[in-house]
Amino acid sequence: MARKQVTTTDEFVKGLWRDNPVFVQVLGMCPALAVSNTAMNALAMGLATTFVLLMSGLSVSLLRNLIPREARIVCYICIIATFVTSVDYLIMALSLELHRALGAFIALIVVNCLILGRAEAFASKHNPGRALLDGLGMGVGFTLALLFIGVVREILGSGSIFGFSVFPDTFQTWTIMVLPSGGFFAMALWLLIVNWLKKRKEEAEKLTTEVLT
Amino acid sequence: MNEPQLQPQTSAWSMYRAIVGIGVFCALIIVIVYQSTAARIADNQARFLAAAISEVLPATQSTIPVNISDDGRLQTVDESPALPVFLAYDESNILVGAVITGQGMGYQDNIRVLYAYSFDIDAITGFKILESKETPGLGDRVEIEPHFLANFEALDASLNAEGSGLQNPIVTVKQGAKTEPWQIDGITGATITSEALGDILNKSANIWVPVLERDANLIEPAQGVEE
Repeated sequence: MARKQVTTTDEFVKGLWRDNPVFVQVLGMCPALAVSNTAMNALAMGLATTFVLLMSGLSVSLLRNLIPREARIVCYICIIATFVTSVDYLIMALSLELHRALGAFIALIVVNCLILGRAEAFASKHNPGRALLDGLGMGVGFTLALLFIGVVREILGSGSIFGFSVFPDTFQTWTIMVLPSGGFFAMALWLLIVNWLKKRKEEAEKLTTEVLT
Repeated sequence: MNEPQLQPQTSAWSMYRAIVGIGVFCALIIVIVYQSTAARIADNQARFLAAAISEVLPATQSTIPVNISDDGRLQTVDESPALPVFLAYDESNILVGAVITGQGMGYQDNIRVLYAYSFDIDAITGFKILESKETPGLGDRVEIEPHFLANFEALDASLNAEGSGLQNPIVTVKQGAKTEPWQIDGITGATITSEALGDILNKSANIWVPVLERDANLIEPAQGVEE
Protein backbone atom coordinates (compact mmCIF):
# COMPACT_ATOMS: atom_id res chain seq x y z
CA MET A 1 0.00 0.00 0.00
CA ALA A 2 3.04 2.19 -0.22
CA ARG A 3 2.37 3.07 -3.83
CA LYS A 4 0.12 5.90 -4.85
CA GLN A 5 -3.41 5.02 -5.77
CA VAL A 6 -4.06 6.72 -9.04
CA THR A 7 -7.29 5.44 -10.53
CA THR A 8 -10.48 4.02 -9.07
CA THR A 9 -9.92 0.82 -11.02
CA ASP A 10 -6.67 0.44 -9.17
CA GLU A 11 -8.63 0.57 -5.91
CA PHE A 12 -10.46 -2.55 -7.01
CA VAL A 13 -7.64 -4.40 -8.72
CA LYS A 14 -5.10 -4.10 -5.91
CA GLY A 15 -7.06 -6.55 -3.74
CA LEU A 16 -7.03 -9.16 -6.46
CA TRP A 17 -3.30 -9.47 -6.88
CA ARG A 18 -0.85 -6.85 -5.58
CA ASP A 19 -2.33 -6.66 -2.08
CA ASN A 20 -4.25 -9.94 -2.09
CA PRO A 21 -5.48 -10.39 1.48
CA VAL A 22 -4.57 -14.07 1.73
CA PHE A 23 -1.57 -14.62 -0.51
CA VAL A 24 0.19 -11.27 0.03
CA GLN A 25 -1.04 -9.73 3.29
CA VAL A 26 -1.58 -13.19 4.84
CA LEU A 27 -4.67 -11.94 6.71
CA GLY A 28 -7.75 -13.90 7.72
CA MET A 29 -5.87 -17.18 7.94
CA CYS A 30 -8.38 -18.79 10.31
CA PRO A 31 -11.26 -19.04 7.81
CA ALA A 32 -8.87 -19.42 4.86
CA LEU A 33 -7.45 -22.62 6.32
CA ALA A 34 -10.46 -23.93 8.20
CA VAL A 35 -13.38 -23.57 5.81
CA SER A 36 -11.57 -24.29 2.55
CA ASN A 37 -11.99 -28.09 2.68
CA THR A 38 -14.41 -27.98 -0.24
CA ALA A 39 -14.79 -25.47 -3.06
CA MET A 40 -18.40 -24.79 -2.07
CA ASN A 41 -17.56 -23.97 1.56
CA ALA A 42 -14.69 -21.75 0.39
CA LEU A 43 -16.95 -19.89 -2.03
CA ALA A 44 -19.69 -19.40 0.57
CA MET A 45 -17.26 -18.16 3.21
CA GLY A 46 -15.61 -15.84 0.64
CA LEU A 47 -18.94 -14.36 -0.42
CA ALA A 48 -20.11 -13.93 3.19
CA THR A 49 -16.85 -12.13 4.02
CA THR A 50 -17.16 -9.98 0.88
CA PHE A 51 -20.66 -8.94 1.92
CA VAL A 52 -19.44 -7.95 5.40
CA LEU A 53 -16.42 -6.12 3.91
CA LEU A 54 -18.62 -4.16 1.51
CA MET A 55 -21.30 -3.22 4.01
CA SER A 56 -18.94 -2.38 6.87
CA GLY A 57 -16.67 -0.41 4.52
CA LEU A 58 -19.63 1.58 3.25
CA SER A 59 -21.00 2.24 6.76
CA VAL A 60 -17.64 3.18 8.24
CA SER A 61 -16.98 5.52 5.35
CA LEU A 62 -20.41 7.16 5.62
CA LEU A 63 -20.12 7.57 9.39
CA ARG A 64 -16.42 8.47 9.42
CA ASN A 65 -17.00 12.10 10.41
CA LEU A 66 -19.26 11.10 13.27
CA ILE A 67 -16.89 8.55 14.80
CA PRO A 68 -14.37 10.11 17.22
CA ARG A 69 -10.81 8.78 16.96
CA GLU A 70 -10.80 7.48 20.52
CA ALA A 71 -13.91 5.38 20.07
CA ARG A 72 -13.29 4.18 16.55
CA ILE A 73 -12.36 0.55 17.24
CA VAL A 74 -15.48 -0.11 19.32
CA CYS A 75 -17.62 1.54 16.63
CA TYR A 76 -16.02 -0.47 13.82
CA ILE A 77 -16.41 -3.75 15.71
CA CYS A 78 -20.04 -2.91 16.44
CA ILE A 79 -20.72 -2.20 12.75
CA ILE A 80 -18.86 -5.32 11.61
CA ALA A 81 -20.67 -7.52 14.16
CA THR A 82 -24.00 -6.16 12.93
CA PHE A 83 -23.33 -7.23 9.36
CA VAL A 84 -21.95 -10.59 10.46
CA THR A 85 -25.20 -11.20 12.38
CA SER A 86 -27.12 -10.17 9.26
CA VAL A 87 -25.13 -12.52 7.05
CA ASP A 88 -25.73 -15.29 9.59
CA TYR A 89 -29.52 -14.84 9.26
CA LEU A 90 -29.29 -14.53 5.48
CA ILE A 91 -27.36 -17.80 5.17
CA MET A 92 -29.87 -19.52 7.48
CA ALA A 93 -32.66 -18.25 5.24
CA LEU A 94 -30.79 -19.44 2.16
CA SER A 95 -29.79 -22.92 3.29
CA LEU A 96 -29.55 -24.53 6.72
CA GLU A 97 -27.20 -27.18 5.33
CA LEU A 98 -24.74 -24.49 4.25
CA HIS A 99 -25.15 -22.79 7.62
CA ARG A 100 -24.27 -26.04 9.36
CA ALA A 101 -21.26 -26.61 7.11
CA LEU A 102 -19.83 -23.17 7.86
CA GLY A 103 -20.72 -23.62 11.52
CA ALA A 104 -18.88 -21.48 14.02
CA PHE A 105 -16.88 -19.76 11.31
CA ILE A 106 -19.65 -17.37 10.30
CA ALA A 107 -19.63 -15.77 13.73
CA LEU A 108 -15.84 -15.66 13.56
CA ILE A 109 -15.95 -13.32 10.54
CA VAL A 110 -16.22 -10.58 13.20
CA VAL A 111 -12.63 -11.15 14.23
CA ASN A 112 -11.26 -11.54 10.71
CA CYS A 113 -8.55 -8.90 10.87
CA LEU A 114 -8.95 -8.25 7.16
CA ILE A 115 -12.30 -6.52 7.78
CA LEU A 116 -11.20 -4.41 10.73
CA GLY A 117 -7.97 -3.71 8.84
CA ARG A 118 -9.81 -2.32 5.80
CA ALA A 119 -12.16 -0.27 7.98
CA GLU A 120 -9.23 1.27 9.85
CA ALA A 121 -6.74 1.63 7.02
CA PHE A 122 -9.02 2.57 4.17
CA ALA A 123 -12.75 3.11 4.68
CA SER A 124 -12.28 5.57 7.57
CA LYS A 125 -10.13 7.81 5.37
CA HIS A 126 -11.92 7.68 2.01
CA ASN A 127 -15.30 8.46 0.48
CA PRO A 128 -18.00 5.76 0.25
CA GLY A 129 -17.41 5.09 -3.46
CA ARG A 130 -13.74 4.32 -3.01
CA ALA A 131 -14.44 2.37 0.19
CA LEU A 132 -16.92 0.19 -1.70
CA LEU A 133 -14.44 -0.44 -4.52
CA ASP A 134 -11.71 -1.30 -2.03
CA GLY A 135 -14.04 -3.63 -0.12
CA LEU A 136 -15.17 -5.29 -3.33
CA GLY A 137 -11.59 -5.77 -4.54
CA MET A 138 -10.41 -7.18 -1.23
CA GLY A 139 -13.52 -9.36 -0.94
CA VAL A 140 -13.15 -10.79 -4.43
CA GLY A 141 -9.42 -11.30 -3.81
CA PHE A 142 -10.21 -13.13 -0.56
CA THR A 143 -12.92 -15.24 -2.21
CA LEU A 144 -10.63 -16.19 -5.11
CA ALA A 145 -7.83 -17.11 -2.74
CA LEU A 146 -10.16 -19.30 -0.65
CA LEU A 147 -11.54 -20.84 -3.81
CA PHE A 148 -8.03 -21.65 -5.09
CA ILE A 149 -7.20 -23.39 -1.81
CA GLY A 150 -10.62 -25.08 -1.70
CA VAL A 151 -10.40 -26.41 -5.25
CA VAL A 152 -6.98 -27.99 -4.66
CA ARG A 153 -8.15 -29.55 -1.40
CA GLU A 154 -11.39 -30.86 -2.84
CA ILE A 155 -9.79 -32.30 -5.99
CA LEU A 156 -7.09 -34.16 -4.08
CA GLY A 157 -9.04 -34.87 -0.91
CA SER A 158 -12.42 -35.88 -2.33
CA GLY A 159 -11.70 -36.31 -6.06
CA SER A 160 -14.32 -33.76 -7.04
CA ILE A 161 -14.98 -30.06 -7.73
CA PHE A 162 -18.16 -28.51 -6.34
CA GLY A 163 -19.34 -32.05 -5.65
CA PHE A 164 -18.85 -33.24 -9.26
CA SER A 165 -16.52 -36.18 -9.54
CA VAL A 166 -13.45 -35.50 -11.68
CA PHE A 167 -11.54 -38.75 -11.30
CA PRO A 168 -12.45 -42.35 -12.07
CA ASP A 169 -13.58 -44.43 -9.09
CA THR A 170 -10.16 -46.04 -8.85
CA PHE A 171 -8.67 -42.72 -7.67
CA GLN A 172 -7.38 -43.01 -4.13
CA THR A 173 -8.35 -39.77 -2.37
CA TRP A 174 -5.79 -38.00 -0.21
CA THR A 175 -7.80 -37.79 2.99
CA ILE A 176 -5.19 -35.54 4.57
CA MET A 177 -6.16 -32.73 2.19
CA VAL A 178 -9.65 -32.38 3.70
CA LEU A 179 -8.23 -32.53 7.23
CA PRO A 180 -6.92 -29.31 8.82
CA SER A 181 -3.32 -30.04 7.86
CA GLY A 182 -4.36 -30.18 4.19
CA GLY A 183 -5.23 -26.49 4.47
CA PHE A 184 -1.63 -25.71 5.32
CA PHE A 185 -0.32 -27.82 2.43
CA ALA A 186 -2.61 -26.16 -0.11
CA MET A 187 -1.84 -22.71 1.33
CA ALA A 188 1.91 -23.38 1.12
CA LEU A 189 1.56 -24.53 -2.48
CA TRP A 190 -0.25 -21.35 -3.51
CA LEU A 191 2.12 -19.08 -1.56
CA LEU A 192 5.00 -20.75 -3.38
CA ILE A 193 3.40 -20.18 -6.79
CA VAL A 194 2.37 -16.58 -6.04
CA ASN A 195 5.77 -15.63 -4.67
CA TRP A 196 7.57 -17.27 -7.55
CA LEU A 197 5.42 -15.36 -10.04
CA LYS A 198 5.97 -12.09 -8.16
CA LYS A 199 9.70 -12.59 -8.05
CA ARG A 200 9.83 -13.41 -11.73
CA LYS A 201 7.87 -10.26 -12.53
CA GLU A 202 10.13 -8.12 -10.33
CA GLU A 203 13.23 -9.48 -12.01
CA ALA A 204 11.78 -8.82 -15.44
CA GLU A 205 10.96 -5.24 -14.39
CA LYS A 206 14.47 -4.75 -13.00
CA LEU A 207 15.94 -6.02 -16.23
CA THR A 208 13.80 -3.64 -18.29
CA THR A 209 14.86 -0.67 -16.12
CA GLU A 210 18.51 -1.61 -16.47
CA VAL A 211 18.21 -1.94 -20.23
CA LEU A 212 16.42 1.41 -20.48
CA THR A 213 19.03 3.22 -18.42
CA MET B 1 -3.77 -0.61 16.02
CA ASN B 2 -1.78 0.25 19.15
CA GLU B 3 -3.52 3.47 19.66
CA PRO B 4 -5.21 4.99 22.46
CA GLN B 5 -3.47 7.90 23.97
CA LEU B 6 -6.69 9.49 25.07
CA GLN B 7 -6.64 13.13 24.23
CA PRO B 8 -9.14 15.44 25.81
CA GLN B 9 -10.15 17.29 22.65
CA THR B 10 -13.13 15.02 21.92
CA SER B 11 -16.01 16.00 24.17
CA ALA B 12 -17.91 13.39 26.12
CA TRP B 13 -21.04 14.42 24.22
CA SER B 14 -19.64 13.51 20.82
CA MET B 15 -18.41 10.19 22.19
CA TYR B 16 -21.89 9.35 23.53
CA ARG B 17 -23.48 10.58 20.33
CA ALA B 18 -21.25 8.36 18.21
CA ILE B 19 -21.52 5.22 20.32
CA VAL B 20 -25.25 5.47 21.04
CA GLY B 21 -25.95 6.53 17.45
CA ILE B 22 -24.04 3.59 16.03
CA GLY B 23 -25.70 1.26 18.55
CA VAL B 24 -29.14 2.36 17.37
CA PHE B 25 -28.12 2.14 13.71
CA CYS B 26 -26.81 -1.42 14.23
CA ALA B 27 -29.87 -2.48 16.21
CA LEU B 28 -32.14 -1.21 13.43
CA ILE B 29 -30.26 -3.18 10.78
CA ILE B 30 -30.37 -6.38 12.83
CA VAL B 31 -34.10 -5.99 13.49
CA ILE B 32 -34.83 -5.39 9.80
CA VAL B 33 -32.78 -8.40 8.69
CA TYR B 34 -34.27 -10.60 11.42
CA GLN B 35 -37.83 -9.63 10.57
CA SER B 36 -37.38 -10.16 6.87
CA THR B 37 -35.71 -13.56 7.20
CA ALA B 38 -37.66 -15.05 10.15
CA ALA B 39 -40.43 -16.69 8.11
CA ARG B 40 -37.99 -18.19 5.63
CA ILE B 41 -35.75 -19.52 8.42
CA ALA B 42 -38.72 -21.11 10.23
CA ASP B 43 -39.69 -22.78 6.94
CA ASN B 44 -36.18 -24.10 6.43
CA GLN B 45 -36.05 -25.38 10.00
CA ALA B 46 -39.33 -27.23 9.64
CA ARG B 47 -38.12 -28.84 6.42
CA PHE B 48 -34.79 -29.68 8.03
CA LEU B 49 -36.54 -31.28 11.03
CA ALA B 50 -38.79 -33.36 8.76
CA ALA B 51 -35.76 -34.58 6.83
CA ALA B 52 -33.93 -35.32 10.09
CA ILE B 53 -36.90 -37.36 11.37
CA SER B 54 -36.90 -39.53 8.24
CA GLU B 55 -33.16 -39.92 8.63
CA VAL B 56 -33.21 -41.16 12.23
CA LEU B 57 -36.34 -43.27 11.74
CA PRO B 58 -36.62 -44.10 8.02
CA ALA B 59 -39.94 -45.97 8.36
CA THR B 60 -41.72 -42.76 9.40
CA GLN B 61 -44.65 -41.72 7.23
CA SER B 62 -46.50 -39.47 9.65
CA THR B 63 -45.83 -37.96 13.06
CA ILE B 64 -47.76 -36.56 16.00
CA PRO B 65 -46.07 -33.98 18.23
CA VAL B 66 -46.48 -34.80 21.92
CA ASN B 67 -45.46 -33.46 25.30
CA ILE B 68 -45.83 -34.39 28.95
CA SER B 69 -48.77 -32.79 30.76
CA ASP B 70 -48.52 -31.32 34.26
CA ASP B 71 -49.81 -34.57 35.78
CA GLY B 72 -47.15 -36.58 33.95
CA ARG B 73 -49.29 -38.04 31.13
CA LEU B 74 -48.39 -38.06 27.47
CA GLN B 75 -50.59 -35.69 25.43
CA THR B 76 -50.71 -34.42 21.88
CA VAL B 77 -49.88 -30.79 21.19
CA ASP B 78 -50.84 -28.54 18.32
CA GLU B 79 -47.62 -26.67 18.03
CA SER B 80 -44.21 -28.25 18.55
CA PRO B 81 -42.34 -26.79 21.52
CA ALA B 82 -38.68 -25.75 21.40
CA LEU B 83 -37.58 -29.35 21.98
CA PRO B 84 -40.19 -31.28 20.03
CA VAL B 85 -40.98 -34.97 20.56
CA PHE B 86 -42.94 -36.97 18.01
CA LEU B 87 -44.64 -40.31 17.84
CA ALA B 88 -43.81 -41.81 14.46
CA TYR B 89 -46.16 -44.02 12.42
CA ASP B 90 -45.56 -46.02 9.26
CA GLU B 91 -47.81 -46.07 6.19
CA SER B 92 -50.34 -48.42 7.84
CA ASN B 93 -50.54 -46.09 10.86
CA ILE B 94 -48.66 -48.48 13.10
CA LEU B 95 -46.51 -46.94 15.80
CA VAL B 96 -42.88 -47.51 14.78
CA GLY B 97 -41.14 -45.43 17.40
CA ALA B 98 -40.64 -42.03 18.90
CA VAL B 99 -38.36 -39.27 17.75
CA ILE B 100 -37.07 -37.15 20.62
CA THR B 101 -35.10 -33.90 20.73
CA GLY B 102 -32.57 -33.53 23.52
CA GLN B 103 -30.39 -30.62 24.47
CA GLY B 104 -27.45 -30.01 26.75
CA MET B 105 -24.20 -28.17 27.17
CA GLY B 106 -21.29 -29.30 25.03
CA TYR B 107 -17.77 -27.93 25.04
CA GLN B 108 -18.57 -24.62 23.36
CA ASP B 109 -22.30 -24.14 23.44
CA ASN B 110 -25.58 -26.00 23.58
CA ILE B 111 -25.83 -29.16 21.50
CA ARG B 112 -29.24 -30.17 20.19
CA VAL B 113 -29.73 -33.76 19.07
CA LEU B 114 -32.54 -35.78 17.57
CA TYR B 115 -32.76 -39.49 18.33
CA ALA B 116 -35.15 -42.30 17.58
CA TYR B 117 -36.45 -44.70 20.25
CA SER B 118 -37.74 -48.07 19.13
CA PHE B 119 -40.58 -49.66 21.14
CA ASP B 120 -39.74 -53.07 19.66
CA ILE B 121 -36.22 -53.42 20.97
CA ASP B 122 -36.29 -50.78 23.75
CA ALA B 123 -33.27 -49.04 22.32
CA ILE B 124 -32.10 -45.85 20.67
CA THR B 125 -31.85 -46.68 16.99
CA GLY B 126 -31.02 -43.43 15.27
CA PHE B 127 -29.16 -40.26 16.10
CA LYS B 128 -28.48 -36.93 14.44
CA ILE B 129 -27.00 -33.68 15.69
CA LEU B 130 -29.32 -30.81 14.89
CA GLU B 131 -27.21 -28.00 16.21
CA SER B 132 -23.70 -27.79 17.57
CA LYS B 133 -20.86 -25.31 17.67
CA GLU B 134 -18.23 -27.80 18.79
CA THR B 135 -14.58 -27.27 17.88
CA PRO B 136 -14.09 -27.97 14.17
CA GLY B 137 -11.84 -30.98 13.66
CA LEU B 138 -12.19 -32.15 17.28
CA GLY B 139 -15.61 -32.01 18.93
CA ASP B 140 -17.50 -31.94 15.65
CA ARG B 141 -16.17 -35.41 14.82
CA VAL B 142 -19.14 -36.81 16.75
CA GLU B 143 -21.14 -36.10 13.59
CA ILE B 144 -18.94 -38.07 11.19
CA GLU B 145 -16.82 -40.63 13.08
CA PRO B 146 -18.22 -44.02 11.94
CA HIS B 147 -17.34 -45.93 15.14
CA PHE B 148 -19.12 -43.28 17.21
CA LEU B 149 -22.24 -43.27 15.04
CA ALA B 150 -22.30 -47.08 15.23
CA ASN B 151 -23.14 -46.66 18.95
CA PHE B 152 -26.62 -45.56 17.99
CA GLU B 153 -27.61 -48.53 15.86
CA ALA B 154 -29.08 -50.14 19.00
CA LEU B 155 -28.17 -48.31 22.18
CA ASP B 156 -29.95 -50.06 25.01
CA ALA B 157 -32.51 -47.87 26.80
CA SER B 158 -34.69 -50.49 28.47
CA LEU B 159 -36.66 -49.56 31.57
CA ASN B 160 -36.20 -50.80 35.10
CA ALA B 161 -38.73 -53.18 36.68
CA GLU B 162 -40.89 -50.33 38.02
CA GLY B 163 -40.85 -48.55 34.67
CA SER B 164 -39.77 -45.31 36.34
CA GLY B 165 -36.43 -44.84 34.63
CA LEU B 166 -33.70 -46.54 32.62
CA GLN B 167 -32.43 -49.89 33.88
CA ASN B 168 -28.86 -48.84 33.14
CA PRO B 169 -27.83 -45.21 32.71
CA ILE B 170 -26.48 -44.36 29.27
CA VAL B 171 -22.84 -43.43 29.76
CA THR B 172 -19.95 -42.57 27.50
CA VAL B 173 -16.83 -44.66 28.03
CA LYS B 174 -13.30 -44.23 26.69
CA GLN B 175 -12.75 -45.12 23.06
CA GLY B 176 -12.52 -48.91 22.76
CA ALA B 177 -13.75 -49.58 26.32
CA LYS B 178 -17.40 -50.28 25.43
CA THR B 179 -18.52 -53.61 26.84
CA GLU B 180 -22.26 -53.14 27.45
CA PRO B 181 -25.04 -52.23 25.02
CA TRP B 182 -25.97 -49.11 27.01
CA GLN B 183 -22.47 -47.67 26.83
CA ILE B 184 -21.36 -45.17 24.20
CA ASP B 185 -17.90 -45.73 22.79
CA GLY B 186 -16.35 -42.24 23.02
CA ILE B 187 -13.92 -40.45 20.74
CA THR B 188 -10.37 -39.72 21.83
CA GLY B 189 -9.85 -36.00 21.22
CA ALA B 190 -13.54 -35.27 21.56
CA THR B 191 -13.94 -36.46 25.14
CA ILE B 192 -16.04 -33.58 26.42
CA THR B 193 -18.41 -33.59 23.46
CA SER B 194 -18.92 -37.35 23.48
CA GLU B 195 -19.49 -37.35 27.24
CA ALA B 196 -21.92 -34.45 26.87
CA LEU B 197 -23.89 -36.44 24.30
CA GLY B 198 -24.08 -39.45 26.66
CA ASP B 199 -25.35 -37.11 29.34
CA ILE B 200 -27.95 -35.50 27.06
CA LEU B 201 -29.28 -38.89 25.93
CA ASN B 202 -29.34 -40.29 29.47
CA LYS B 203 -31.25 -37.32 30.90
CA SER B 204 -33.66 -37.07 28.00
CA ALA B 205 -34.33 -40.83 27.82
CA ASN B 206 -34.90 -41.00 31.59
CA ILE B 207 -37.66 -38.43 31.24
CA TRP B 208 -39.23 -39.60 28.00
CA VAL B 209 -38.89 -43.36 27.73
CA PRO B 210 -40.98 -44.21 30.85
CA VAL B 211 -43.83 -41.92 29.74
CA LEU B 212 -43.68 -43.07 26.12
CA GLU B 213 -43.66 -46.75 27.06
CA ARG B 214 -46.67 -46.26 29.34
CA ASP B 215 -48.81 -43.91 27.25
CA ALA B 216 -47.75 -44.00 23.59
CA ASN B 217 -50.36 -46.64 22.70
CA LEU B 218 -53.11 -44.47 24.16
CA ILE B 219 -52.59 -41.77 21.55
CA GLU B 220 -54.91 -42.10 18.58
CA PRO B 221 -52.79 -42.60 15.41
CA ALA B 222 -55.59 -41.41 13.08
CA GLN B 223 -54.74 -37.85 14.00
CA GLY B 224 -51.28 -38.32 12.43
CA VAL B 225 -50.04 -35.41 10.37
CA GLU B 226 -48.75 -36.39 6.93
CA GLU B 227 -45.07 -35.56 6.48
